[in-house]
Amino acid sequence: MTTVPNTPSQIHRPRKPFPFGRLLAWLGLALILLISVFPIWIVLKTALTGSRSLFTEAASLWPSEPTLVNFQRVLGLLSLEEVQAAGGSGSSVNFLNAMKNSVVFTGLIVVGQTFFSAMAAYAFARLKFPGRDAIFTMFLIAMMIPGIVLFIPNFITIRNLNLLNTIPGMIAPFILMTPFAVFFLRQFFLSLPKETEEAAFLDGAGPFTIFWRITLPMSQGPIATLAILTTIGMWNEFFWPFLIAKDEASFTLPVALQVFKSQTPQGVPDWTGLMAGTFIAAIPVFLLLIVLGRRVVESLAFSGTK
Amino acid sequence: MTVPVQRETRVVPAQAPSKRRSMSWMAGYLFILPAIIGFVVFYLYPALRGIQISFTDWNLLSAPEAVGLANYQEAIRDPKFWSALGITLQYVVWNIPLQTLLALVLAVAMDRLVKSMFIKGLLIVPYLLSSVLVAMIFLWMLDPLLGIVNQWLDATPLGKQPFFNSAEQAIPTIALVNVWKHMGFNALLFYAGLQAIPRTVYEAAAIDGSSEVNTFWKITLPLLRPVTVFVLVTSVIGSFQIFDTVAVATQGGPADATKVLVYYIYQNAFGFFRMGYATAMSMILFALLILFTLVQMRLLRANESDLE
Repeated sequence: MTTVPNTPSQIHRPRKPFPFGRLLAWLGLALILLISVFPIWIVLKTALTGSRSLFTEAASLWPSEPTLVNFQRVLGLLSLEEVQAAGGSGSSVNFLNAMKNSVVFTGLIVVGQTFFSAMAAYAFARLKFPGRDAIFTMFLIAMMIPGIVLFIPNFITIRNLNLLNTIPGMIAPFILMTPFAVFFLRQFFLSLPKETEEAAFLDGAGPFTIFWRITLPMSQGPIATLAILTTIGMWNEFFWPFLIAKDEASFTLPVALQVFKSQTPQGVPDWTGLMAGTFIAAIPVFLLLIVLGRRVVESLAFSGTK
Repeated sequence: MTVPVQRETRVVPAQAPSKRRSMSWMAGYLFILPAIIGFVVFYLYPALRGIQISFTDWNLLSAPEAVGLANYQEAIRDPKFWSALGITLQYVVWNIPLQTLLALVLAVAMDRLVKSMFIKGLLIVPYLLSSVLVAMIFLWMLDPLLGIVNQWLDATPLGKQPFFNSAEQAIPTIALVNVWKHMGFNALLFYAGLQAIPRTVYEAAAIDGSSEVNTFWKITLPLLRPVTVFVLVTSVIGSFQIFDTVAVATQGGPADATKVLVYYIYQNAFGFFRMGYATAMSMILFALLILFTLVQMRLLRANESDLE
């Protein structure tokens, strides 16, 4: 790759007229980038706008009197009187609690799913047992089943187990495995050199010791990739928590936002509050992108190379 | 140092080979045990249970009553089912070509102009947002009264547009919103595919005097086919299951204009408690998805690569 500038193609390249094409492409790219991030700015701008100024400066790109009152009220930091004085509808959802639920929901699933899927993937890649390949094939087929096919019977199972409205009910279908996670890690484990594991085996190490001490430490990259993909997916999951969480106490952030919005079916929705809630719900994924930028981008790109 | 190790390697297999092997069988099963429980309880059982429920009439309260193929027959006769399927197709037709085309153009632009991580990061920001958030953002931006898009449109000859609130515009609007969400991510996938094409191929084309456009059609696109198949198959499967945006933005309205198939299934299951009918329709959706995937892979000759 680094030798490319020295290859003959550089020399043979035809003389360049003014690069209209390139300029046009740059403009196009800039426009699409603007379209990609502009709505995020509108969310922040609206969240920083006082409810009363919303009507007077709907078309402006900047809040004339920026205020944090919307963030304070959706986080429950203000009393009802203060909320109504700030122009809030009086409708409220406990976003702090929803944030806590989202963190617990996502956190438990990411840790559990990654670990248990890694164990299974290791067994499918390295250990020998009867029925191994048949079971793995079933996992692969399961990747094809659309969500709605599984969610209706799973809802009935969770209901029969009396787990509606509970965190265990919400995490149950995801915490032990997904076929994709098992498949993804198995592919990687297959590509690892066997020598270290064999040496450890001859030293008397059992399969779990080998898995824990050798395979997992050698697989930090793919495991981080999987954890990032799972974090994004679960933080944003709506359908399943929406089915299971019916009480405010168990709402995750996407469910809380939807409920907060539908609390004002008549009249004007509480846009400034909604946008403050939206921005708060998006902060963790923004942080993920800012802190782990390259890793997140590569993880997403990798999810397409199955 | 080496002596005890050698002795041990000799001793262990001699000791009890069959015992060792049965131990490792046990280990294998122990390792997959958690995943197997998850698989059996939340994938295998619900898939089989779903088939069973689809042959019953069941409102969750009284006992399920076997009705044979009645649910499937009802779906075929139900105009709302066909309308939901038609609306879903309409959504797919608006969503997929635009999303894929924009993603491809973006990927080529990134490949030829910049490879900056910062730009890639900006592009995937919409993909990182939950579809609930995305729906919320566009409900606000496209609000007929105060939304910024309509504030701007008001100053143009087009005038304010109803977007989500009109039967004609609602589905295209939902489709465009999801184009916004997904194009950057798909561009990233195409971009990763472009990086895998050997640069020497391009150099050879440049030496032969191939124009940029010609190079794109004759080289880039054919060599990108595996990625294109992946992007198309996964986004079509995803598009057919559109639910979140509808649930948040329109709830199927106005006048059922956005009642897509999964929303109609959801309504039957959790609104009217018609579990049998809802699962039967979800099975039909599953069958359609398999059919579409097979057709798409055949059309795009998925298994052939132009690189070999």
